[in-house]
Amino acid sequence: MVGLLENITDENLKAELLKITDPEIPVLTVFDLGVIRKINVVDKHVNIDITPTYSGCPAMDTISMDLKVAIESLGYTANINLVLAPAWTTDWISEEGKKKLEEYGIAAPLTESLDKRALIDGEPIVKCPNCSSTNTKLVSQFGSTACKALFKCNDCLEPFDYFKCLK
Amino acid sequence: MKDQLYKYLLLLGDNSMILGHRLSELCGHGPNLETDIALTNISLDLFGQVRSYFKYAATLKEGETEDSIAFLRFERDYYNTILVEQPNKDFAHVIVRQFLFDAYHKPLLEQLMNSKDETISAIAHKSIKESKYHLRFSSEWVKRLGDGTEISHQKTQNAFNTLMPYIEELFIETPLELAMKNEGIGADLNLVKASFDKTMSDVLPSANIETSDIKLRKTNGKSGFHSEYLGFILTELQYMQRAYPDMSW
Ligand SMILES: [Zn+2]
Repeated sequence: MVGLLENITDENLKAELLKITDPEIPVLTVFDLGVIRKINVVDKHVNIDITPTYSGCPAMDTISMDLKVAIESLGYTANINLVLAPAWTTDWISEEGKKKLEEYGIAAPLTESLDKRALIDGEPIVKCPNCSSTNTKLVSQFGSTACKALFKCNDCLEPFDYFKCLK
Repeated sequence: MKDQLYKYLLLLGDNSMILGHRLSELCGHGPNLETDIALTNISLDLFGQVRSYFKYAATLKEGETEDSIAFLRFERDYYNTILVEQPNKDFAHVIVRQFLFDAYHKPLLEQLMNSKDETISAIAHKSIKESKYHLRFSSEWVKRLGDGTEISHQKTQNAFNTLMPYIEELFIETPLELAMKNEGIGADLNLVKASFDKTMSDVLPSANIETSDIKLRKTNGKSGFHSEYLGFILTELQYMQRAYPDMSW
């Protein structure tokens, strides 16, 4: 996803864009999250396409605003477009991003079939980000934000969030 | 054609909006923390979908915005079905209403994914992923409550007895829906119905719920004829925009 930045010659702009994070998961940059689809810089104007993770995700408005403010602070004008197709999937979270999620205490999304087994059949597959045990239990399919489910570890007894697989 | 598409977007959006509002009433009032969070998450997903439909609709009609469409219509200009207006009488009613809606909504979106209208298709591709989670949640609860204690079973059966009659209009094609289907834009409700029926026969036996004796009712929310409930919903929903036009925060 960082490949999106390759055509930007202004190093300051690049650095500013890389600072923009998800307001609800501040360790993930918007590039880690995979919501930036296109960046186009023409002279002093920046055009960015972003795509929402979930339809009602309130973080999208914040991210658009943060991008606009960052870009305009460098003397550019900015246009942020929300595009719906193709629809975002958790596959677009970078490997780097998945690692950061785990370190932050959120279990990273599994593949689609494993996710189904964990969330429907209650199979212990989701790994506890605290002690790495897979002896974990689903508490609720819906968690603190639209993208997460709530789990509990049976070994260290910590509750934790799991980033649901969305495909 | 443009007018028809506009109205069709409202028809699609209004079900999600009114159900989303009903679920939002439960914020802080769910039976336990997890369920409270789940129901308000579902509400948020539905509102997100509504925004996509209304944003698109606003581009088709001069002078309208996403907000004016949501907040400044009169009761007869809302096209949601009667099912989603029904109140949160008890937890069983909340779950059964959600289950009946999800069982209809998921196959509806599956159809709309193939819509010739690119924006509708994109919204459906996005929303279907959320709708699958909703149906999973509501059908698990229908089974748990229906096959639970004597009281939970009775309450769930009562909720089906009250709410099931309203499913009929979901599948009765209005002239608008027929026109949209023929254009390749709208869904084929016969196919939606087939999928709905399959969900019922998959879930209801294991929930111990009997629906064969329930008589369906002729309602026509889709043409703007609503139950008394909608007026009360709109009174609350529209209050701020009516009192302080164009307000924002
Ligand atoms: Zn643990």
